[in-house]
Amino acid sequence: MDLFEYQAKELFAEYGVPVQPGKVARTPEEARVVAAEFAAQGHPLVVVKAQVKTGGRGKAGGVKLANGPDEAYEKASQILGMDIKGLTVHSVLIAQAVDIAAEYYLSFLLDRANRTFLSICSVQGGMEIEEVAHTSPEAVARIPVSPLTGVDAVKAAEIIAAGRIPADAAEGAALLAERLWAMFADEDATLVEVNPMAVTEDGVVLAVDGKVTLDDNAAFRQEHARFEDLSSTDPIEARAKAKHLNYVKLEGEVGIIGNGAGLVMSTLDVVAYAGQSFGGIRPANFLDIGGGASAEVMANGLEIVLSDPSVRSVFVNVFGGITSCDAVANGIVSAIAMLEERGDHVDRPIVVRLDGNNAIEGRRILEEAAIGVVEQVGTMDGAAARAAELASAAAKGA
Amino acid sequence: MAIFLTGQSRVMIQGITGSEGSKHGARMLAAGTRVVGGTNPRKAGQTVELNGVDVPVFGTVADTMAATGADVSVVFVPAAGTKSAVIEAIDARIPLCIVITEGIPVHDTAEFWAYASAAGNRTRIIGPNCPGVASPGKSNAGIIPADITSEGRIGLVSKSGTLTYQMMYELRDIGFSTAVGIGGDPVIGTTHIDCLQAFQEDPETDAIVMIGEIGGDAEERAGAFIEQHVTKPVVGYVAGFTAPEGKTMGHAGAIISGSSGTAQAKKEALEKAGVRVGKTPSETAALVRGLF
Repeated sequence: MDLFEYQAKELFAEYGVPVQPGKVARTPEEARVVAAEFAAQGHPLVVVKAQVKTGGRGKAGGVKLANGPDEAYEKASQILGMDIKGLTVHSVLIAQAVDIAAEYYLSFLLDRANRTFLSICSVQGGMEIEEVAHTSPEAVARIPVSPLTGVDAVKAAEIIAAGRIPADAAEGAALLAERLWAMFADEDATLVEVNPMAVTEDGVVLAVDGKVTLDDNAAFRQEHARFEDLSSTDPIEARAKAKHLNYVKLEGEVGIIGNGAGLVMSTLDVVAYAGQSFGGIRPANFLDIGGGASAEVMANGLEIVLSDPSVRSVFVNVFGGITSCDAVANGIVSAIAMLEERGDHVDRPIVVRLDGNNAIEGRRILEEAAIGVVEQVGTMDGAAARAAELASAAAKGA
Repeated sequence: MAIFLTGQSRVMIQGITGSEGSKHGARMLAAGTRVVGGTNPRKAGQTVELNGVDVPVFGTVADTMAATGADVSVVFVPAAGTKSAVIEAIDARIPLCIVITEGIPVHDTAEFWAYASAAGNRTRIIGPNCPGVASPGKSNAGIIPADITSEGRIGLVSKSGTLTYQMMYELRDIGFSTAVGIGGDPVIGTTHIDCLQAFQEDPETDAIVMIGEIGGDAEERAGAFIEQHVTKPVVGYVAGFTAPEGKTMGHAGAIISGSSGTAQAKKEALEKAGVRVGKTPSETAALVRGLF
């Protein structure tokens, strides 16, 4: 899960990583109230920052300075509702402005290729680190961090020195690095990025912007559910999640249900490939119902996929391994009966491919059930083509 | 021969009394695997009946190894306990530890991997979040269905479970020396490259199938390795051409971030190394069939 800047800074503050005071606002009026609070404390100058999970907010006009509550109201009105790289701005962060003397870069992240953690530190901050690495690679230090020993004061100083952070900011930066690592480790983050890590005219080092990615696999031992952003989650994805289904909404016409992440990913590809012959028909979603493929999970899956109005046909692609195909076929039959009972009429064609253990028996069960909307095709490629063809015909008929 | 797992392998199960451990333990026994014991600290000294066989339960991996000569451990313990289970296996110096458990926090995996490396990599780790290893006709350690394929001379390495099964099933008449599911997590123990090297050296493997998916750069690095070190024919498949950037596709590691990790880049890297890459699983199977 990626966090918004304001959420990242909440976590920073919990771990003692210095940030300027700030609060999130969802309406211009809320922005005015926050700015008035800061003005009353003697800080009328604030930055109004669009909260969207993408870079380049400044360039897009999503970050503006405001002097006092009225200006904060005005700037927030301009920014809220803006579209930045396809994302709608639903909230702004109102932060006290600081006098920045210099901008640096610091991050901790998972280094997949080397199967360890990595710190990146640079004296050139405030811009995309990929860009710095491209234009002046010598200014970007990469320091491996062992998961066994982590970052103590000595390691933090080593990272800051490697990044060539000037002496006047080094001590503050090292302290920030040590605390940032504590957050990275304790919160099960896979990325924490402070860019810029700024030093103010008063010599204070602080995180002016923050990017955090948290590991979803650690949900069982973390309290990260509080960061979930329901406003920008696709409504079908949200319902699927509530039913513990692994569903991702895509822009297409063929609903996909399969077992196993790799097989489902492959199914999307095969459908998109077959769809090229039918005017660019594409998969409408990713849905992995897992190895088991029980009737209830199948029913929930079908219900979710069919609730997407852009779905014109469905492709159920199951490989029977430990759960053999006869069980899967019975699951499909009872799933459709279950949906009809619930009052969810199954009105779009479902192409089924069953392969693997007991495939012949599974196909016979489906055939004997003689469900009007269900059609069987023996191969994955053939079934994908048929599902694309049916979706294309339905789209033309609509 | 086969790689990593042979008919002589003595397999133990960490978490043998749990629902997954006992279910798959019974399946492994039915497939002819020599399942010699397992662990559950609270049930040490008891036995557990798997597929009609009474299998002894021990308190620790070290005790199991001492009593039974186990040299392979299959880990089924829940995600919250997996890190300590793997570290225990490393401390006991078991040669091979196969981690089936899914949903392990990546900080835990990074830590047990670092621990294994610091211990001199005496324990080969496969997984986590993987279906395990099957050497058909010899031994089966994990959750790969044993009855979908037969013994033969294809070596298979894959990030994905069901795609592995699909490929093993499509090519069941030719058969496999060993199929290794390395798992779809961002950090894994045994890589595509480790398996390619082992298959290259295995006299019972004539051709290699490599199945990859989006995320990371493991396939690109495997391509470079093949170019330098693999003389046996390699056929590849990559899943995830239609996956959008920034969305996780089921596996924790299957995510395209920025310009890296795309299926197209992986396909091109493999083709550059002389690997024939199929557009669909069936086309990939047909390419392999052409080699025999």
